[in-house]
Amino acid sequence: MGLFLAQAVFYCLIPPVKVSRLVKQIHFIGWQSLVVILLTGSFTGMVLGLQGFYTLNRFGSEAFLGPMVALSLIKEMGPVITGLMVTGRAGSAVTAEIGIMRISDQIDALTLMGLNPFRYLIVPNLLAALIALPLLTAVFDVVGIMGGYIVGVKLLGVGSGTYFGEMANYVDLSEVAEGLYKSLSFGVIIAWVCCYKGFYTGIHTGFGAEGVSRATTQAVVFSSVLILVWDYFMTSIMF
Amino acid sequence: MHREANRAGAGADGSAIMIRIEDLHRSFDGVPVLKGVSLALEKGELLALIGRSGYGKSVLLKHIAGLLRPDSGRVLIDGEDMAVLRGSRLTKLRERLGFLFQGGALFDSMTVFENVAFPLREKTRMSNEAIRERVMEELSRVGLSGAEEKYPSQISGGMQKRAALARELISEPEIMLFDEPTTGLDPIFGHAILKLIDDLHRRLGFTGILVTHEIHKVFEIVDRVAFLHEGRVQAQGPPDEILASEDALVRQFVRGEIEGPVSVE
Repeated sequence: MGLFLAQAVFYCLIPPVKVSRLVKQIHFIGWQSLVVILLTGSFTGMVLGLQGFYTLNRFGSEAFLGPMVALSLIKEMGPVITGLMVTGRAGSAVTAEIGIMRISDQIDALTLMGLNPFRYLIVPNLLAALIALPLLTAVFDVVGIMGGYIVGVKLLGVGSGTYFGEMANYVDLSEVAEGLYKSLSFGVIIAWVCCYKGFYTGIHTGFGAEGVSRATTQAVVFSSVLILVWDYFMTSIMF
Repeated sequence: MHREANRAGAGADGSAIMIRIEDLHRSFDGVPVLKGVSLALEKGELLALIGRSGYGKSVLLKHIAGLLRPDSGRVLIDGEDMAVLRGSRLTKLRERLGFLFQGGALFDSMTVFENVAFPLREKTRMSNEAIRERVMEELSRVGLSGAEEKYPSQISGGMQKRAALARELISEPEIMLFDEPTTGLDPIFGHAILKLIDDLHRRLGFTGILVTHEIHKVFEIVDRVAFLHEGRVQAQGPPDEILASEDALVRQFVRGEIEGPVSVE
């Protein structure tokens, strides 16, 4: 798997990049994941607002609801949940698509045309995930903060100025950068694992529909676990 | 006549041999599939590769195309060893090759037109107009005019095979490898595909290997037949000679007899 990633990174750095495939994959991984990110982001923010309010209320610190919601989202929940959602929605489809291309000889056909399958299949997915994940994470964070605002300010009575004012006091750029680095690394993990599992469908998972199904399951499980494990190590390094 | 003309050219090493396979061995998970295959094809020759299912015919084709590497032995294409070539030299050699896969291997996210145009778009600097003209000409040649805007899933198996053939032939390969081109087709479509291959071979003069189970129809269009059994070429020769073979194994296979050295149980 390490060699696979090294090859993918190598072809990312050596032009040409297949721009039309890249745009298509940005649309698929990024744009088409937007609805699920809007939904999960807003409800995650709302539940954070609700839980945070009642927890902080015990200590008389409801004023800190804004920073609590924002820091939880920006540093942790935004990148992680976005990564998990994109894995489930787009990563699984990438594995299935490449896996079907493998078992139906389409990848061999590309190779025999003298074309490099990495340039056509892997590089566009890796670059698209690198571009889409931070943007989706930013959307997740913003709608999450607004979800927390609706619950905390509109329903539970925290002052609007307090919610955003304390947020501005406690959230600085280094925390935003932490979330950005995490989302970038999760983009690499998703593209790497999901493309790898698709590319070697048949070799590691058995051929036919069952092989594709097994590869897809393995990709989603492995990618999700790796995101959570890597998240722990990144957090421990960044603190 | 055409076949003699097709073979007239010489390979890069000065000989007329285009494909030479020398003592090829390959195992999968410890199970030997190819156990010393040796075969040579002259330039412009069309060879039928016959044998029982699962006895390594497709594996042999993939070695010739450089998609698989042998455990030992060599595949020489125009004097170049496929197993040792890397990078741009391997790519250049592969560009001289066409491979019709069993399932066609059409890109299912592209229309028939886009599939056939794909090699030209990616490998040449031809204008869109010129590509369109070439693709339409190739589609017409394989009898697919009017199907260019359809996706592979919207056309029949026979049409998919013809579209795949058009995609391979548009780059005018010197070598064509056909992996069971008639499998899954009804007899009419199957016969039409073989006739098409024969016509194209006469016209373009490629060197070809045709893996098939359609013994009698294929024997009418090929120059030579090789019978692969238990990982080795057990017999080879002109179609008439193979049909009249006294070898019990060859005779059983060619006639499709249940009784013989090969047990069907």
